[in-house]
Amino acid sequence: MDLFLTLFYVFFVIGLFGFGGGYAMLSMIQGEVVIRHEWLTPAQFTDIVAISQMTPGPIGINSATYVGYTAALNAGMSPAMGVLGSCVATFAVVLPSFILMIAISRFFMAYSKHPVVEQVFRGLRPGVVGLLAAAALVLMNEQNFGVESSQILVSIVLFILTFIASYRFKVNPILLIILCGVAGFFIY
Amino acid sequence: MLFYLKAFLIFFRIGAFTIGGGYAMIPIIEAEIVNKRGWITKEEFLDLVAIAQSAPGVFAVNISIFIGYKLRKFWGAFWLALGATLPSFLIILTIALFFQQFQDNEVVQRIFKGIRPGVVALIAAPTFNMAKSAKISRYNVWIPVASALAIWLLGVSPIYIIILCGVGGFVYGKYIQPKMKN
Repeated sequence: MDLFLTLFYVFFVIGLFGFGGGYAMLSMIQGEVVIRHEWLTPAQFTDIVAISQMTPGPIGINSATYVGYTAALNAGMSPAMGVLGSCVATFAVVLPSFILMIAISRFFMAYSKHPVVEQVFRGLRPGVVGLLAAAALVLMNEQNFGVESSQILVSIVLFILTFIASYRFKVNPILLIILCGVAGFFIY
Repeated sequence: MLFYLKAFLIFFRIGAFTIGGGYAMIPIIEAEIVNKRGWITKEEFLDLVAIAQSAPGVFAVNISIFIGYKLRKFWGAFWLALGATLPSFLIILTIALFFQQFQDNEVVQRIFKGIRPGVVALIAAPTFNMAKSAKISRYNVWIPVASALAIWLLGVSPIYIIILCGVGGFVYGKYIQPKMKN
């Protein structure tokens, strides 16, 4: 019962403060789910990001659903309780949107250009860039890059190639994930 | 009644077939809701997109709640949001149910050993694109750098960073900038 309450609270807060789109939300999900509550290992977290990229739907929903299920299972509960965990986490991450969007529709539509709103966003935008950078930095660890020097080397090469392909040449992320998987299959 | 079913099915289909997150959904929602059905005008749609993007939370959910509420108040928002959310929920739940059994498989392990560093690169790359659109200059570059270091090295929760940045932006615009102009 405690687990479900914590899941609800954590994902409600993530939904409420998740400014800046999916990747910025990832940083929060990682901070709460991997570091603070240890519901997922860093490797499990990267796996769910990979799965999210390859399946349809927003990453915020995908990770809430996956974390809710896995957290319950890791706590020794049955798969049925895992499904309940998924429902709780997904509902919790959507609820703030529901409250906020309806409130904005009813009362604040005219205020979106208000100076105070613009001032707040002038601080938020550079902060979100920092969140994104942090998400990448935190994930550069043993679980994702390996322990032995040979695996670390392969990982660094794959990282650099994927980065250049994505940033410089805008290659489709799904294609890049498939290529990295194929490379992993043949190299290891 | 028929409207809710129709709207639910449209957003369910959009949710089920747009790979690559919320922003990939914008042109598809526009084609369905604005161009094909004419439920809202193009100008209204662009306004809703701008506000849904700057609001916290999942963008695809925000925009479907916005459109649903505009068309049919609470229940419109409810059914559209459910339509947009349900496909990801069902797909990921199915994967979660089976992935637990596969993740110890030797072949799967090898594939994911290759995928993990690639995914980290896919998270790192948009940082620089976002730095451009957020107009990071030498005057404010310390904000993302300090935020990233606080999270990475000191383990500060990103939630506190977001609150601090929002309050900081307000205090700067309200009290510090007017003084500097004088």
